[in-house]
Amino acid sequence: MEDLNPPELLQLKFGEDAVSKQVAQDNIVTLWVPSVKIAEVLRYLKSEISKPYLLLYDITAIDERARKREMGYPSDQFTVVYHIYSFARNSFLRIKTALSEDKLSLPSITSLWMNASWYEREVFDMFGILFEGHPNLRRILMPLTWQGHPLRKEHPARATEMGPFQLFDEKVDREQSVLKFNPEEWGLQTQSEDSDFMFLNIGPQHPGTHGVLRIILQLDGEDIVDAVPDIGFHHRGAEKMAERQSWHTYIPYTDRVDYLGGVNNNLAYLLAVEKLAGIHVPQRAQVIRVMMCEFFRIASHLVWYGTFAQDVGQLSPVFYMFTDREKIFDVVEAVCGGRMHPNWFRIGGVAQDLPNGWQTLVKNFIEYFPKKLREYDKMVMQNSLFKARTEGIGIFTKKEAIEWGATGANLRACGLEWDLRKKQPYSGYENFQFDVPIGKNGDCYDRAAVRVEEMRQSLRIIEQCLKNMPEGPYKSDHPQATPPIKKHTMKDIETLITHFLNVSWGPVIPPGEAMSCTEATKGANSYYAISDGNTSPYRMRIRTPSFAHMQMISYISKGYTVADLLSILGAMDYVLADIDR
Amino acid sequence: MTETTIHPGLIIAGVLAGLLTIAPGLIWLERRLLALWQDRYGPNRAGPFGVLVVLADTLKLFFKEDWIPPFADRPVFVIAPAIVAITVLMSFVIIPFAPGFIVTDFNIGILFFLAMSSMGAYSIILGGWASNNKYALLGAMRGAAQLISYEVFMGLSLMGVVLLTGSFRLQAIIEAQRDMWFVVPQFLGFVTFLIAGIAETHRLPFDIPEAESELIAGFHSEYSGMKFGLFFVGEYLGIMLISSLVVCLFFGGWLGPDFLPPIVWFIIKMFAFIFLFILLRASLPRPRYDQLMEFGWKILLPVTLLNLLVTAAIVLYQSGAEMNIKF
Repeated sequence: MEDLNPPELLQLKFGEDAVSKQVAQDNIVTLWVPSVKIAEVLRYLKSEISKPYLLLYDITAIDERARKREMGYPSDQFTVVYHIYSFARNSFLRIKTALSEDKLSLPSITSLWMNASWYEREVFDMFGILFEGHPNLRRILMPLTWQGHPLRKEHPARATEMGPFQLFDEKVDREQSVLKFNPEEWGLQTQSEDSDFMFLNIGPQHPGTHGVLRIILQLDGEDIVDAVPDIGFHHRGAEKMAERQSWHTYIPYTDRVDYLGGVNNNLAYLLAVEKLAGIHVPQRAQVIRVMMCEFFRIASHLVWYGTFAQDVGQLSPVFYMFTDREKIFDVVEAVCGGRMHPNWFRIGGVAQDLPNGWQTLVKNFIEYFPKKLREYDKMVMQNSLFKARTEGIGIFTKKEAIEWGATGANLRACGLEWDLRKKQPYSGYENFQFDVPIGKNGDCYDRAAVRVEEMRQSLRIIEQCLKNMPEGPYKSDHPQATPPIKKHTMKDIETLITHFLNVSWGPVIPPGEAMSCTEATKGANSYYAISDGNTSPYRMRIRTPSFAHMQMISYISKGYTVADLLSILGAMDYVLADIDR
Repeated sequence: MTETTIHPGLIIAGVLAGLLTIAPGLIWLERRLLALWQDRYGPNRAGPFGVLVVLADTLKLFFKEDWIPPFADRPVFVIAPAIVAITVLMSFVIIPFAPGFIVTDFNIGILFFLAMSSMGAYSIILGGWASNNKYALLGAMRGAAQLISYEVFMGLSLMGVVLLTGSFRLQAIIEAQRDMWFVVPQFLGFVTFLIAGIAETHRLPFDIPEAESELIAGFHSEYSGMKFGLFFVGEYLGIMLISSLVVCLFFGGWLGPDFLPPIVWFIIKMFAFIFLFILLRASLPRPRYDQLMEFGWKILLPVTLLNLLVTAAIVLYQSGAEMNIKF
């Protein structure tokens, strides 16, 4: 039994016809399962096989109705896609199930995985697919008053298709009354045996939430009985926009998903596209990409570091850390021209070669930064008040973290050494030497300690990039690389035609589907790209780490105080745009 | 030093004018100093070194709409900010800025200060309660608990000094420090009083009643315009008051070498402590509410009591020796 792969296992258990395979361009095993069996199959894969699939990585759906179908594709209306991951096997598994328009419902798997709740709500919100047995199936990203399901193909994608926007008084009242929190809807008690609870509305405008996030607290005195996060205020429909953009012009939109992660987003997106198109990125481009990603990792961690210290009341570090972040942006600006949203990676490589003198800039930073990190250790990490506010707060165990789909530093703080850069290396990360720091207790302090150490490791990677930058082209000469390298265009007509087409309507990416899995600044970030052989994606799913982390809030903040909630939020390192997309 | 007699009305006018000029000035000073320690510029545009930013701020506060939330308890809402300003200003009557330069030389000076600072707690509680806002209420609750607990040993921490001098009059206490500042024999008293003083003025790291990242602005979330301004000025007056008291009680008040007049010595020392207050704000995080309570009751209170006990024993022993009583 042990050596069998999921397809064989499932066929043994559920019969030959229950499971059919599909070939995907990203080498993730993709299986079709009938919708009635989906819950059973997932339960089997999670709890009954050896080397089980413990992590529910993502649930999403595809509206197949407008797709240019390939032969033998089993779904023609709606498809729900589950991505699960096995730590023991170090592999992802993609389970798909077809649904027809007249019966858009599936059994809920919330009893199987805690974190299924929000994913199922999102699928319901975006596609109108019902999940039977879900405890609270309501819209999550769109306003409760919204008409229609945005990611369906018939839903308009542009404001101009929807008529002028008006906000008259009556509408304001209606929208606001819908936002009024009603404890009963969430199954929350308004009083216990000996006290009345207070419901405190934190956000959407609040200095401690770092963005338009709303958390409703059920308080007994200052103790949190329950917390209900309400997200979606930052939702901009990044996934829907992908369906209207060309593969090339979508890159700037990715910058804005985790807006602190800069080119990390570009990379996650492009890896998926390059897998689809079969583009091999030249070595120099890979190393440049790694170097810029690590610069942005440090920049993102610095913002987190400073604001976290500020959340627990320390006013000064944020200024020092933003100053250092400026030094990173000096490098980024010299290389990319942009700062927070550099929009600099391209299909098949990067936009330009490194500028003259980049070595000096990078070297200066490598020499400058370790000293500052030591200073911050003394100022923040070793400060006893800081420790008092973060040690033993917001603890979750390795098991709970996996159950909730936590990734990145939040998972590593529980003691699990799991970093996609090591486990499933991409963009040449296997060629670099660096350690994956882990924590022990899984509390806020450990999460901070892991991130601080990560900055040192990122610096190590940057140093290796500086010393071993290979020579060669900065962009692939694959015809789909965009914009194509121009020097050949003047020599033969074929290249000129490709160049003209790729620049005017953008590259045509061959049909298929591929998911990239990258270790972004906040955790595992994936783009699941589906192409039907057109100039724009047919469907683009963005799996972000912050979404999964924010869902944990209600679970991990129970029993702590309001002040602790701010430590927990601060230590989590989320970005609102990364939650809502 | 001879006691000069100045008309009391002049003294009152002088003190009031001084305080009400310096307090807003402190806002500028704090912003500049914080900026200096945080590697930025701070307000530097209006006037020389940006001092006129104070004027701009005050004007802005005066011209803002005087808005009272419709759900607030009107009279209490209006009275609360006045209480803080009045009690702090009243406390200043017992501070001797120089020999004879004092509004009223109460023989119960210190007790008067303690009474006034207890009254000051009402402004937080009433302000938070009258706002009828959950954040304000949480802030007020925290503030009440904090002020009441820290007042306990704030009073006790001063008693060592009172024992050594045998007087509640601040002038007498300062005179008694001609040979040695009380910070030396009463070092524990000084430390605990300073900590309690920071808690009384609810400044970082003791600013939990208004903890910005948690409670937005805590008890004064709903206040705007000049009512907010009064809370603001009250806080800075409080800093000056605690600094002046530390100087009087532990650092010899106006005493100092003769090349500078006494009042200058007083002001120099006072500003040294104001700087300390601001530096604390620039460097420390904020403990949690229950940690603060624990620190107060479990550490500071025993330390204060111990200090008082030892001081009393020594004083008793010395007076016994004077009177030739054999123990």
